[in-house]
Amino acid sequence: MSRHRDVRCMNYSEEYEGYDDVYGHSVEDDYCVSPSAEQFLFDRSKQQNIASFITEPDIIEDNEDNEELSMSFNEKDAFTDIEWAKLMSCMESIKNVIGDTVPESEIKKKIIQSKFDVKIALDLILKESSPKTATGPSMVNKDNLEPHPGKKLSSKSPFQVTTPSNVKIIPAGKRPVIKGFNVSGTENTDVLNSRIESPRSQSPYSDYNSPEIKRKENIITREKKAGSSNANSPRCQSPISGHETPDFDPKLKLNEEKVDVMKIYKDKRGDSKEQLHLVVVGHVDAGKSTLLGRLLCELGQVPSRLIHKYQQESKKIGKQSFAYAWVLDETGEERERGITMDVGHSKFETETKSITLLDAPGHKDFIPNMITGATQADVALLVVDATRGEFETGFDSGGQTREHALLLRSLGISQLAVIVNKLDTVDWSKERFDEIVNKMSVFLKQAGFKDNVTFVPCSGLSGENILTKPKEPLSNWYTGPTLVSVIENFKCPERHINKPFRFSINDIFKGTGSGFCVSGHVETGMVSLGDKVLVLPRNETAVIKGLQIDEVSTTNAFAGDHVSLTLSGIDQQNVGIGDIICNPQNPVPVTTRFQAHVVVFAVKIPIMKGLSVIIHQHSLVQPAVITKLVAQLHRHTGEMIKKKPRCLPKNSSAIIEITTQNPVCMELYKDIKELGRIMLRVEGTTIAAGLITKIK
Amino acid sequence: MKLVFKNVDKDGKGSVALVPENTEDIWHAYNLISEGDFVSCSTIRKVQMESATGSSNSYRVRTTLTICVEGIDFDTQACVLRLKGRNVEENKYVKMGAYHTLDVEQTRKFTITKAKWDSISLERVDTACDPTQNADVAAVVMQEGIAHICLITSNMTIVRAKIDQVIPRKRKGNVSQHEKGLTRFYDNIMQGILRHINFDIVKCIILASPGFVKDQFMDYMIQQAIKSDNKIILDNKGKFLLVHSSSGFKHSLKEILAEPAVTSRISDTKASGEVKALETFYSILQTDPSRAFYGKKHIQKANESQAIEILLISDKLFRCQDINARKEYVELVESVRDYGGDIKIFSSLHVSGEQLEQLTGIAAILRFPIPELEDESNGESDSDEDN
Repeated sequence: MSRHRDVRCMNYSEEYEGYDDVYGHSVEDDYCVSPSAEQFLFDRSKQQNIASFITEPDIIEDNEDNEELSMSFNEKDAFTDIEWAKLMSCMESIKNVIGDTVPESEIKKKIIQSKFDVKIALDLILKESSPKTATGPSMVNKDNLEPHPGKKLSSKSPFQVTTPSNVKIIPAGKRPVIKGFNVSGTENTDVLNSRIESPRSQSPYSDYNSPEIKRKENIITREKKAGSSNANSPRCQSPISGHETPDFDPKLKLNEEKVDVMKIYKDKRGDSKEQLHLVVVGHVDAGKSTLLGRLLCELGQVPSRLIHKYQQESKKIGKQSFAYAWVLDETGEERERGITMDVGHSKFETETKSITLLDAPGHKDFIPNMITGATQADVALLVVDATRGEFETGFDSGGQTREHALLLRSLGISQLAVIVNKLDTVDWSKERFDEIVNKMSVFLKQAGFKDNVTFVPCSGLSGENILTKPKEPLSNWYTGPTLVSVIENFKCPERHINKPFRFSINDIFKGTGSGFCVSGHVETGMVSLGDKVLVLPRNETAVIKGLQIDEVSTTNAFAGDHVSLTLSGIDQQNVGIGDIICNPQNPVPVTTRFQAHVVVFAVKIPIMKGLSVIIHQHSLVQPAVITKLVAQLHRHTGEMIKKKPRCLPKNSSAIIEITTQNPVCMELYKDIKELGRIMLRVEGTTIAAGLITKIK
Repeated sequence: MKLVFKNVDKDGKGSVALVPENTEDIWHAYNLISEGDFVSCSTIRKVQMESATGSSNSYRVRTTLTICVEGIDFDTQACVLRLKGRNVEENKYVKMGAYHTLDVEQTRKFTITKAKWDSISLERVDTACDPTQNADVAAVVMQEGIAHICLITSNMTIVRAKIDQVIPRKRKGNVSQHEKGLTRFYDNIMQGILRHINFDIVKCIILASPGFVKDQFMDYMIQQAIKSDNKIILDNKGKFLLVHSSSGFKHSLKEILAEPAVTSRISDTKASGEVKALETFYSILQTDPSRAFYGKKHIQKANESQAIEILLISDKLFRCQDINARKEYVELVESVRDYGGDIKIFSSLHVSGEQLEQLTGIAAILRFPIPELEDESNGESDSDEDN
């Protein structure tokens, strides 16, 4: 998910520059000076906010052509038909080169300037934006030069690696276009005010902005900050209006809070393998469950006796090919119908990583389940069926391949591998594989995935190219990695251990002992046995009586873990799926009304005020109404096109206000990314995805 | 609804007496009565009597009172209308000007006297008294963990029961909890159906869900009915209709009502007509935005150029407190009709009506595009409070 992007994406594109900085330190550190002095300081947070949002507006570009057409209506008159055609073709080729970094209008201008010559125009554009584009490679170099302080400190390395380079590179105020959300202007003032009131005056971080700071010092300050920011939480003063302060025992935890979170994390996790959550998505019947079942069998995670039993039983009901899928599809209903309905969990270890597999359902009706699964994941495998006709149905409109990919992207998953499955049905044809690769990579690029998408041919049923190198005839033309090595090569994302504790409830069930269990995903922070926690939005306190990770009891859980908590002191009735468990001192904001910056997908009917939608946020599913269309924005530049538009056409970008029926827990995207993303669905299709920019 | 008498003058003054027969009629009554009307109805009042010796006794007396309506209250669950107001016809128990609250209930005659019966109200009396307009449908929308049992009449959608229950997810090696949770959930829905749905009245019962929940539930229900020998369900098996919906929330009723399988069963209910009209509006807004408008100001402008082909209006606008505002809307409707436009009055109790209300309650599809309107900012509908 998002918090991980920085690590992997640092190297990929300049668009991510400064991304991690938003998270690397809390915003208040930039504001611990008086407001008058502040204006002379280098205000990094503003830069970062802008930069970090840059990636978002181009999350989804589903129908590029349509959009271009609609945009160009009024301009078209100015050209003759031939000129227009030239212009369009030039534009396309330029876009292929530079992507969406430069606004369309700019490109157009240059093309006309250069009299429809692609090369000259491209030169002009590149020259123009050279300060910006130059940052890309230089940053990559720097990153590579920086010695990695060992993989085990994964959670830290990104800070150390990136901060210095970033500070040097981003020239203040030189950014030609401000993309994305206009958060910094409005929100930061709020934050700023509350900061000034806050008792913390001068933290050791005031000189943090200077780029000369040594990396080692950095670590120390960071650790200090980890402790102090927890003790004196910025969130306590957060503008949660009307929110009842929960009654917690003040002396209970204060001391404990000071404990250095990072240190515990290092102690506990320092020597273990990296955790990676992997979700497998794709169109229904693409063979996701079978592929995973096969993978687990090859890795020896499933006893051969069991798989033999499945084979016998599935043969009995005439669904022999489903034997491997049964490893993950466990309910009677799923086996009978031969489709996955809810996310299946499984686990295996490779040499360097410990991987949690999430097998998402592919059927259209179970996309809500797929979303809950994908919100827990760090990286994803997209499975496509290579059989003739099957790939096409899954990929073309109406199929889930597109929707799943778009959902992944809007959920912040940027590391993706495409598995071309069932290649045995087309005799391991290279042409077919290439055809699929071509189609998919064009689409994925539009969807905002960078070039880091690997394509792996394999067959889930026969087990080709999963664990072992392929045999004939695949090996004749394929020399790339196997499925397992692709998984191995995924980079582990950074975990936000330092942030206040947030846990999203995904499942509630009866545990073995007393009390009941909730399972879910630790979004940020850490939790220990015996902690007193607060369950929101129902505002109930509880005590953590047990912690289980993969059926093994532990004493601590950290951001990114999938854990089961045994709660006591709370009635099961007062906990619902989608609730947030958090630290009583740092409660999550609860609201029924919020603003979000959304990107509208290819919708059939335009989005209007009053549309009832279903919002998905981590594992929360809630009916809601779009109560206001605040502004329509330009998709690439983020400039406001129209205030209070009547309706939002497809492929547009806008700020809207959403009102939910019941109070829900929401976080601003800039505070906690995991809880700041929402997805809007209507009648079984995803109509928009967005980021929360304002909580009312 | 039974019409007892109707005395309306040429200039619109007069009174109408009605006897409501079912819950639907109470809704009609709610839409007919506005503040300032005189309503007379039989009621019970507690009266204190002082005897000659000075001791006082209180009695409950049944009497017929006429009040000038000041407050209207509609209870959707009990389907009772409460009218608060001052007495305007003195009788031996109640003085002039004394406050009383009348309950308008089923099978109890009441008389409405209005200073002005406009076309909208008179039309409503006609539709309310039309017995063919009776189509009761029950719908159960569900998804794993959430179910809504609703009654859909031609003018109302009433949520009778909401079942919200946590079902443990499937876990590695432990699916029994999941299955137990499901069974409990299905059992609750079944109890809800038996309790809230009157099988003598409803024409059909729609079971809607994403995925296989509906099929599983149907299987479960039939099995249970056979086990417990439940005649009601077994006899009405044919009334159940399985339909796909995208979720178990109430607003997916809209999808269900647009489903061809359902529309054929409940063809002439107002609800499905409304859904269709709203759908058309949306699609025109997508394809030809200068032909679809919403908001009072835009609509009035469009009406001035006689452009309105279909006017979608929520009945909530006619219920508004402000007499002048109501008059404006009535005039608008009348003028659209004069120019040959079609009027669709949405019931604000339906999901489609709720959605229209969010769009300021009034929308129109035009005969010809008026692009000028588009450029104007949508004045009064934007009087939002920014906090």
